[in-house]
Amino acid sequence: MPAVPAVPAVAVSGLSKSYGDVVAVDDLSFTVEHGEVFALLGPNGAGKSTTLEILEGHRSRDSGAVDVLGRDPGDDHRELRDRIGIVLQEVGIERELTVREVLEHYGACYSRRLPVGEVLALVGLDGLGDRRTHRLSGGQKRRIDLATGLIGDPDLLFLDEPTTGFDPSARRQAWAVVDGLRSLGKTILLTSHYMDEVEALADRVLVIVGGRVVASGTPAELRGDADRESLIRVRFPVEESGTVVDLLSRLVGRSSVRNGLLEVWTPAPTVDLHHLTGWAVEREAALEGLEVSRPTLEDIYLDLISQGDEEKDSEPEATDNG
Amino acid sequence: MADRFPSSAQLLARQIGYQNRLFRRTAISAFFTLAFPLMFLLLFGAIFDDVDPAAGQVVAAAQFYAPALAVFTAVSATYTNIGIVTAIYRDEGVLMRIRSTPLPRWVYMGGVVGSGVLIALFGSLVMLAVGFGLYGLEMEADRIPAAIVTFVVGVASFCLLGLALAAVTPSGQSAPALANATILPLAFISNVFVVVPDPVRWMDVVGDVFPLKPFVEAFYACFDPFRTGSAWELGLLARIAAWGLLGALVAVRRFRWEPSTGGGSRTSRGRRRQG
Repeated sequence: MPAVPAVPAVAVSGLSKSYGDVVAVDDLSFTVEHGEVFALLGPNGAGKSTTLEILEGHRSRDSGAVDVLGRDPGDDHRELRDRIGIVLQEVGIERELTVREVLEHYGACYSRRLPVGEVLALVGLDGLGDRRTHRLSGGQKRRIDLATGLIGDPDLLFLDEPTTGFDPSARRQAWAVVDGLRSLGKTILLTSHYMDEVEALADRVLVIVGGRVVASGTPAELRGDADRESLIRVRFPVEESGTVVDLLSRLVGRSSVRNGLLEVWTPAPTVDLHHLTGWAVEREAALEGLEVSRPTLEDIYLDLISQGDEEKDSEPEATDNG
Repeated sequence: MADRFPSSAQLLARQIGYQNRLFRRTAISAFFTLAFPLMFLLLFGAIFDDVDPAAGQVVAAAQFYAPALAVFTAVSATYTNIGIVTAIYRDEGVLMRIRSTPLPRWVYMGGVVGSGVLIALFGSLVMLAVGFGLYGLEMEADRIPAAIVTFVVGVASFCLLGLALAAVTPSGQSAPALANATILPLAFISNVFVVVPDPVRWMDVVGDVFPLKPFVEAFYACFDPFRTGSAWELGLLARIAAWGLLGALVAVRRFRWEPSTGGGSRTSRGRRRQG
């Protein structure tokens, strides 16, 4: 086994990219270590794909330093493209060719390649080698994307939203494939907008909204305080919404009201529930749909994203005393 | 490192084979490129007894049409076919997938051009063979070198124009329309389908400005029984080559690998909510 190099596989520092007036990536910095599965998590339009395309050498950047396997992808090195595998979103495939022909053809471009049969087994396309690509299902086509990304035996694999559009069982299978790649020691940089996917796959996560980092760490660290918090949700009577400011200022947890729904993230659910129910009793108001729960991963993710949004353009409807 | 890239020659040969395979498996391109012009030869052979490409120089119909349609086949295999297929592959994202690999760009282009040349050569040889076999087409052996050089210059130029066509076509959908809208009217005033008996001046001028008529004239010169001496038409070849250079220039400056539709949404990606 070759010694793992001390420098990271990917190093990004101060990366920015705009399209006209629209800022897609805003001063982004992160590193990906060798052998790590690293995820960029964020909503549509967060700048995930733009970032990935810059690292792949498919897109230019406005500013910042980018290093991929010791080279600058902006310089278009053949040697760099030889060592990375790229799985783009929505790329076509030659419909006239069979699966095996496609893999042989793309494999021939690299300095080294994996055996076609091995790659087919790895992505779960065994037995389909002789099928014309236009006769594959959508999920099977996505596996060819993965297969063409792997055929050159890359050290670093870019996966742009690998499971978007998959049904739940196909997603599980895709996760198993990525897990298999991790055990082969591949470095993987993926984008996703599913928190559960990132939890299942990634060693470390960068949550980005509007091209900026809103959180980073291991999935467990992202859960962080949220694991010790409870989430109180209650539907607010519209006529009372003007009088809640006073109530909200008394709550221990962070609260927000959106579309008549009050959410309170609180480390002290008993205290905050007491405030809420006291306030309701005083006014003889019903607390419709009151529920207290542990926040799910999805809740944590949506909370992170909305915080990112508020920092960015401080929406008027969001009340936040946190 | 023990791993080395395959040699450029190996890569190029593989790319040419790949493009040939794609062509063979696309029935529609094979029909329009190879069968369609051949149908014209059979039709013209049945309809016309003879034609006069120049005043008073009457020749058997196939003596003129076989070389003219051989040129048309070559142009279909290069300009039309390359322009359409490359634009469609760009839109479908196949070119992006290719660009993700370490394959040098010029090798991909070389594969497209090399395959275009081979298909053109095959189609034109079939056309001439039918001419020789069925219609008594005649050619003097000492004109073969001029015919080969003319063919190579013409085909290379139209390959480059095909890449230029792919580069300027807005989308894969518009590529067939643009290809046919440019080449078919031109073919009518370039003596491919009909020998314009008494051309009005503008037709003559337009035909001479664009590269198809010079290609037809220079190639026919190698088959013209009234011609004495050499069949070399260097002036016409220079005109064709100039168009090839123009095509190369446009292709180099304007060629895109990413889909036009995808590219559009890519640039508008980013945050929609502005304030």
